[in-house]
Formats: sequence, structure tokens, C-alpha cells
Amino acid sequence: MSNATLPAPISSGAMRRRALADFWFYFSENRGAVIGLWVFAALVLVAIFAPVLAPHDPAQQFRDALLTPPAWEAGGRSEFLLGTDAIGRDILSRLIYGSQFSLFVGLVVVSIALVAGIALGLIAGFFGGWVDTVIMRVMDVILSFPSLVLALVLVAILGPGLTNAMIAIAVILQPHFARLTRAAVLAEKNREYVIAARLAGASRLRLMFKTILPNCLAPLIVQATLSFSNAILDAAALGFLGMGAQPPTPEWGTMLAEAREFILRAWWVVTFPGLAILITVLAINLIGDGLRDALDPKLKRS
Amino acid sequence: MLRFIFGKLAYLVPTFIGITIVAFGFVRVLPGDPVLLMAGERGIAPERHAQLMAQFGFDRPLWQQYLDYLWRLAHGDFGTSLITKKAVLTEFLTLFPATVELGLCAIILATLIGIPAGVLAAVKRGSWFDQISMGTALVGYSMPIFWWGLLLIILFSGILQWTPVSGRISLLYFFPPVTGFMLIDSLLSGQKGAFASAVSHLALPTIVLATIPLAVIARQTRSAMLEVLGEDYVRTARAKGLPVRRVVGLHALRNAMIPVITTIGLQIGVLIAGAILTETIFSWPGIGKWMIDSIFRRDYPAVQGGLLLIAILVMVVNLIVDLLYGLINPRIRHN
Repeated sequence: MSNATLPAPISSGAMRRRALADFWFYFSENRGAVIGLWVFAALVLVAIFAPVLAPHDPAQQFRDALLTPPAWEAGGRSEFLLGTDAIGRDILSRLIYGSQFSLFVGLVVVSIALVAGIALGLIAGFFGGWVDTVIMRVMDVILSFPSLVLALVLVAILGPGLTNAMIAIAVILQPHFARLTRAAVLAEKNREYVIAARLAGASRLRLMFKTILPNCLAPLIVQATLSFSNAILDAAALGFLGMGAQPPTPEWGTMLAEAREFILRAWWVVTFPGLAILITVLAINLIGDGLRDALDPKLKRS
Repeated sequence: MLRFIFGKLAYLVPTFIGITIVAFGFVRVLPGDPVLLMAGERGIAPERHAQLMAQFGFDRPLWQQYLDYLWRLAHGDFGTSLITKKAVLTEFLTLFPATVELGLCAIILATLIGIPAGVLAAVKRGSWFDQISMGTALVGYSMPIFWWGLLLIILFSGILQWTPVSGRISLLYFFPPVTGFMLIDSLLSGQKGAFASAVSHLALPTIVLATIPLAVIARQTRSAMLEVLGEDYVRTARAKGLPVRRVVGLHALRNAMIPVITTIGLQIGVLIAGAILTETIFSWPGIGKWMIDSIFRRDYPAVQGGLLLIAILVMVVNLIVDLLYGLINPRIRHN
């Protein structure tokens, strides 16, 4: 079910290119996915070139410009395009620097969850027996808590902060990867090509990583994209609740938490950080939808 | 069927044990011991500390303490709040109806809009309705709901002044809780305007909490319908000349509903996670706000009890969904 498009145990470069071209053909058919990819690429550039792009230092307080409205509103000033917050910091600059945190959170969380989940899923699926039972029961336990509740409790134990929030979110997202990997391994384990490789004398590690894993990648890639956006949302939620990144970090969720008391006086301090989160998450989810359509042969036919 | 139910229950036992271990372990891995935590910043004399440690059994082996913990749980003792000195279970049950009321309204709203939208999008695949509704669903699915709530407050409470900002009902009305559901209690009280006040307080939190489930249900309904509409029996029904409404409404919808019902059931976790954010924004006195307040007050017994009770709640709801699934889909039951 998951082995059609990804260039897996194909040795010839031509076939690999062909598969990639195939994949790109289906992916680029989805207009939303392509837009999502462009937006995401732009965000990555913004994050990388934040020091060049940001008009001001994100922590600098302009005492003469507290709660200045955006430039196009009455009372706005052209040097503060999206206005300033309650202690006179430029919102645009803080948003630009904030993109670094969101992308960093997504990247780190997904990497941890992906590596841990794949390792656990491979071990569970490949060895079976009590190893499988223990690992999967632990995953069940983690999944039986609502994600944000468990994240909050983990952060309460570890102490508030962005690093601990990332660890907590990775712990919560990781079982999905373990389950997917295990299911894919179980489906592939007894296929002819795996048996052939085993008869040819392939070691267990080689069977796990080189023979089976590449054929299970499609659902994992889709899940990784979904987890990327979930991680950004959850980290922002923790920041909003005061348990994630701490002020004065220009993290988008934390910015919203600081802005809460001014919502009825200064709409811009609330609107823009949330909009940044929404656009980022939406772009990633668009890419995820496109990837799923392009990688899932069952949907492709319909 | 009985075998199916017992099979499901047996499967839950290890998960339940795991959940209790997590809740039990939560307090143990915190820095300092439980007595020091209870003493708080005032500190405590060493003799008194040792005495209390012995009194609560904290000096005994860990496994014995765990068994004690299970024993207390079995007797309905989920601990005592450090702040209010009340039983955690009592606190939880007092606040629970507020969350249930909000959650039920949200899931009903999500279902009432999500299913028709998904069906229509599938039937008119590729139409402008399909594109707009699925685009909206993706935005809803990507929504940081804590921000969405703040935006709605700015619009409806700030600019339009249609709805209040927080709470469950205006302070003008007071009546004893009968069911714990403000909508029902306000009607029972017979006070003029009480029901309208309750509705206006409930409206925004419901919309905020319903946003993500609504998007998920609409997307799931559409894809389930698309799958079913391509099946042979739907083609047969069409071929024998049945009206479209009957084909879609009876043959297709009934089969497409099976995965959708599961999806609705699985939203319980999303709802509780969402309740924490929604209740915080709207100062809604439910278990979500209570959990986050307890975490900030370092009321660890309350957090521990709340964590366990929430996990049990999710587990029970998932079990019910599983059983319903078996009930409506014999194929699952006999596997």
C-alpha cells in the first residue's frame, strides 16, 4: 500500500528520477500544495534572513511609541509597519524573529519524534512477542491522554520553557510514528522481496533499515508533515498558556499571551501573531494534503 | 457480542494500569518529596517532616505506595487539593458539567454543520461549494483556537457588543444548580431572560471549541462519501433508477457514516485539549480551566487526580465508540 512512488530499493538512477518526476507530477497537480510550498519556502527565507529583514531589534523598546497602531491606521507611524506592543516593541520585527522559533520547534520536534518512533516501531514490528507488546502498550498509554493535557503536565514536571515544551510535544507525537512504522513493517515483513533478502543472508539491521524501511516511508512522510504543523500549534498553545517559551522571547504564542489584556484596546497586538501561526500551519497542512495525494496510490486513482 | 465487549475491556486493562502508573509517577518525579510540596514555601521542621512521611506512608517501598494508591482509587479517593483542602473528585465533579455542556454543544454544532457540508462537497465534487467548504475546513483545521477565540471576542464582544466576554451566565441571575447544565437550569428557574443570558455566554466558546472537530468531521465525511459513492452497490442502486436523494441518503450515507462516527468519538481528546484553551480564554469554570489553574498553583494532587480522571474519561468514551462501532458494523464484531 505504501511502496508505489518512493524510490526504494531501486539501484538504477534513471528509475529513481522517474519516480521523483512521477511524484512531482501528482504533487504539482494540487494547486493548494504548491501554494503551501511557496509560502513555506518564503517563511524559511524569512527565518534565515531575519537579522537582515527585521527593521528593528525585536527586544528594543521605543518608549515614545507604546501601542502605536499599524502604519495605515490613524496615529500609525511608518517605521512601525504593523504597530508596536504595550512596551513599544516593533511587532513586525518580533514576528520575523518569531518565525525562527516556530520552524525550529517544528524541525526539532519532528526529528526527535520521527527517529524515536521509527526505532520503536521497527523494533516492535520486527521482533514481535513481548517486546512488541510492551512497546505498543506504552504507546497506547501515551495516546490515551489528550495531547495538550499530557504536554502541560510534562512541562509542569520539567519546568516551563521552550526546550521542555519541545521535549513534551515530541513525546506526545512520537507514538503515531511508532504505530505507523510497526503496521508497515508487519505488512511488509513476509513479502517475497524481504524473504529473498533474508535468504540472501541480509543481516537483521540491513533488513530493517535498507530492505523494509524505505518501503514504509510514504505514510511516515505524510505523518511527519502533519506533526510539523501540530508541533507548531502545540508549542504556540503552551506559549500562550505561559508554559512554553517565556517572555520576552518573540515566540508567536507567547506574544499572544502578552497581548491578551489589550485585546479590546489594540487589535493589532493580538491579530498579527495569530495570523502568522495560522498562515504557517495552513501552508504546512496544504503541503501535507498534497503529499498524501501524491504518495498514496489508493487515492491517486480516484 | 458479549465476547466482543469483554475482549475490548480486557484490552483496556494494561492501558488503565499504565495510566495509573503515569499519574502515580507524576508526583514522584517532581523535585522534592510530597510532604515538602505540601508544606510549600513555609518550610517544615525535620521531625514533623519525618512524622508526616510515615503518616502518609511515603517512607515505604515504592510498589507498596503504588498499591496503596490503587486501593485509594478503588475507594473513590483521588487525593485532596492542597489549596482548597477539598477532595479532588468532588472538585472535578462540581466543575465537570460546565465542560460537558460546552463540549456537547460544540460537538453537536460540529456534527450538524460538518456532516451535511461533507456530504454535499462529495456529491458535488469539484464544484465551487466543494472547493470553498474544503478550503474553509483546512483553515479551521489549521486554526490556533486560542487566537480564534480572542478574535471573536474583539468582534462580537468588543465592536458589536453582542456577547459577554466571560463566565456562564450574567450575575443578575442566581438559582441553585439542578442538572449543572446552565441551559437547562436557567429554563427550570423560570427567571425571565436567564436562558437568553446563558445562550449568549455559551455561543462564542461553543464556536471556538467546535472549530477543529467541525473541520475534521467535514473532511472525513467527504472522503468517506467519495469512497462509498464509487462502490458497486451504489452504482447498482443508481442503475435501477432510484432517485439521487435515496441513493445518497440511504445507500451511501449509511455506509459512509461508520468511519465518521468513529471520527466524532475520537474528537473527545481534541475537545478536552481544546477545552483547556477555550475555558482559559472565556474564563469558563470547567475542568480545563481548573487543570491549568492547578498547574500554576502547583496544586499537584489536583493535577494528578485531574490527569487520571481525564484519561479515564477519554478511555471510557473511546470504549463506548468502539462498542458502537461493533454494533453498527458486524464485520468488525466478528473479526
